[in-house]
Amino acid sequence: MKRRDVIKGGLVLMATSTLASIYKPAYSKTYVGGTGAWRATPPPPLSVVDGSRLVYLTPDEAKLVGAIFDVLIPADELGMGATEAGCVTFLDHQLAGPYGTAAKDYKLGPVVEGLPQQGPQGIMTPAEIYRKGLVEFEHAVHAKFDKSFTELSEEQKITFLYGIESGAIAFETLKSDQFFVLLLQNVREGYLADPMYGGNRDMVGWKLVGFPGAIYDYRDWIVSKRGKKIDVNPVSLLGRA
Amino acid sequence: MNYKRPKADVVIVGLGWSGSTMAEELTRAGLKVVAIERGAWRDTSTSFPTTRDPDELSGSVRKDILQAPVTETYTVRNKVGQTALPMRKYHNLTLGNNVGGAGTHWAGASWRWLPFDHQPYSHVMQRYGAGQLVDGLILQDWGVTYDDLEPFYDRFEKIAGTSGTAGVINGQRQPGGNPFEGSRTSPYPTPALERSRANVLFAEAATRLGYHPFPVPSAMIGAPYKNALGLNLAPCTYCGYCQLYGCGNWSKSSPNICILPVLMQRPNFTVVTECEVIRINTTPDRKMATGVTFVDSDGNTGEQPADIVITATFTLDNTRLLLLSGISTPYDVASGQGVVGRAFTFQTLSWGFMFFENEYLNPFMNTGALATQIDDFNGDNFDHTGLGFIGGAGIQSLSNQGLPIGMAGLLPQGSPQWGKGWKQAFRKGYQNYAQIQGQGTSFAHREQFLDLDPTYKDRFGQPLLRITFDYNENDRRSGRFIRDKCVEIAREMGATQVGGDSFADRPYSGYTPWDSSHVQGGVVMGEDPRTSVQNRFQQNWDIPNLFVIGASSFPNNAGYNPTVAVGATTLWTAKAIRDLYLKNPGPLVRL
Repeated sequence: MKRRDVIKGGLVLMATSTLASIYKPAYSKTYVGGTGAWRATPPPPLSVVDGSRLVYLTPDEAKLVGAIFDVLIPADELGMGATEAGCVTFLDHQLAGPYGTAAKDYKLGPVVEGLPQQGPQGIMTPAEIYRKGLVEFEHAVHAKFDKSFTELSEEQKITFLYGIESGAIAFETLKSDQFFVLLLQNVREGYLADPMYGGNRDMVGWKLVGFPGAIYDYRDWIVSKRGKKIDVNPVSLLGRA
Repeated sequence: MNYKRPKADVVIVGLGWSGSTMAEELTRAGLKVVAIERGAWRDTSTSFPTTRDPDELSGSVRKDILQAPVTETYTVRNKVGQTALPMRKYHNLTLGNNVGGAGTHWAGASWRWLPFDHQPYSHVMQRYGAGQLVDGLILQDWGVTYDDLEPFYDRFEKIAGTSGTAGVINGQRQPGGNPFEGSRTSPYPTPALERSRANVLFAEAATRLGYHPFPVPSAMIGAPYKNALGLNLAPCTYCGYCQLYGCGNWSKSSPNICILPVLMQRPNFTVVTECEVIRINTTPDRKMATGVTFVDSDGNTGEQPADIVITATFTLDNTRLLLLSGISTPYDVASGQGVVGRAFTFQTLSWGFMFFENEYLNPFMNTGALATQIDDFNGDNFDHTGLGFIGGAGIQSLSNQGLPIGMAGLLPQGSPQWGKGWKQAFRKGYQNYAQIQGQGTSFAHREQFLDLDPTYKDRFGQPLLRITFDYNENDRRSGRFIRDKCVEIAREMGATQVGGDSFADRPYSGYTPWDSSHVQGGVVMGEDPRTSVQNRFQQNWDIPNLFVIGASSFPNNAGYNPTVAVGATTLWTAKAIRDLYLKNPGPLVRL
């Protein structure tokens, strides 16, 4: 029996019931009307991830992911590339957290492959998929070019990634096209999520499309700027992170 | 460790919109009410402040506000003979995971359903005859009409502070509103919000085509408003963080701002959070419910005895609770007999997608329900003779998304999805993409049903609910018809690139992007115990002190979102409990 939390306010319901069984306070909470102004447990304060060290990826993995990400979102006149924008840092921290462990997925068996419309049935976590997928990715690069992805020319990198995206270049165990979908989704997330998660440096992703960020009041503009260009510097949740 | 809580007059399972609406009515009537909620307590100022709520990653991408599949999920197959498999990751059914339920994170479209939607059988038989129905379709009246429900629709809107422009008041057409709506006794509590650029283009095009556009009624409060319970609601600011977010502005109606602050003042109300009800208990002869059994977050099993049991959980979980408790007869697809899990429906979505050339649609200025709609092809508002289907859809220009991760893949046809070309296409597409949604009716079918899965279990070892569903021929025909209307309007809007889609043309999947989260039925109300679980008051035919409320009671889905219809039927049932049942406990309908 864990007693992880205390019922708020010393409520009458903590008393034992009239029957032989005992009402045990649990993590579950009881809120009785008229006895207080109820407040939720505050979520942990927002903070910026620390990009100075890796928390999940190895240095080699980070280097490879960065090289892939920079082909998916390259630096050009519209803004910096994915790595410079912090997308590898973003991914590293995501993989170290509940996203990486697929903490919210249903993982009970039996695990069998179904029809496409039944959705993904695999129970490998994103962290596990990256660990294995990057190895198989490099194996496929070596099989084709006899060198590492990071050593390829820009054109070779693009051609190779088209092969992964279409599934034409296969991996040993994982499905290469599904790994590509994950890479593309994550790099976009890093480039476009709030900068506090480690990516979107200087809100480069938001500036690309003109998204104002964490603004929550557009009443002044909903009519006056209807159909018109809005020039505004975006804001992030923690200021200009 | 097992324990028993002190007996209550009423136990309510689930404290979302329907549970909290019911709790407010019954505590006001003096009853001692205990609600048991699977999620945790949440309040606006602590949990959803505007200083942290506008965060796309934790919101609509990681979906942190939703109940996770690890807690409970559903298995799905398209038809008998296939093996149903669990939806392992977040899917399209968006369950709440907190006090307030899905009413905290909902998008906010706030519809009264059409008179037709409550009496589809009578209406179709009278106008077309049985020949209009495709083979296997299940069509039945609710036993309660729009006119019965009108006072309760009115009351619920005044709790929610619904914004909109009335179309018909006391039988009189009103300018700017929906000319097809059921007659109202009063205007919307707050005025319709300002329109987006895409809404304006849609309204102009629809008018040119001879249709009747109007602002979609919504939970986004149109002006400062003191609601029917005396609570102050604030005007919406168009921030665009509605669906899958709490509202930090007190400007999206939710149980958390519209009901709970009043409910929590009442000493005869208690809510026990983070406890999952696993069973409704009955007397050995199954003639009366005695309470519910739940598991708390330490794994202890508790019992809450009560004189009246009301389940107000997510639609599918209402069905599952009855099946797990062995209450009423489960539906048997082979014989067509039985009622629990029968008459299950989804929503038939069609779309028009479009790209303009040089627009500034500014998609980030939006709400979850900033939409302008035509109802010219909804319900039975048009002649279906010769069309081979019944129903239709609300067709709307929907400005509900401007967040960049969600829009990163919405690119003009032929655009690269990555590389330099993607950056250019995304930059342009972001300001030039617009969509028309056809939110279609769905009618039940003999081969669409819910039952317990034979293989997959939840974390307590209880069977998951199994969904057997695919679109039926009525859905496919109506879906294509509506898609073509969406495309017609999109072209008229002047877009340079237009596409259309009807989801019913592909097998049903719980993962289709942009699909609906609306499921209905399984514990339907009706006039005949052979085809309904409950009578017209949402009272179980077999167990008179058991009421299952919510969209699980609806034997068909309208071309609308369900929340306000859920609120109205909840208030209708609350009045029946208060005024009829308490005076004379027993069946409220005798056959």
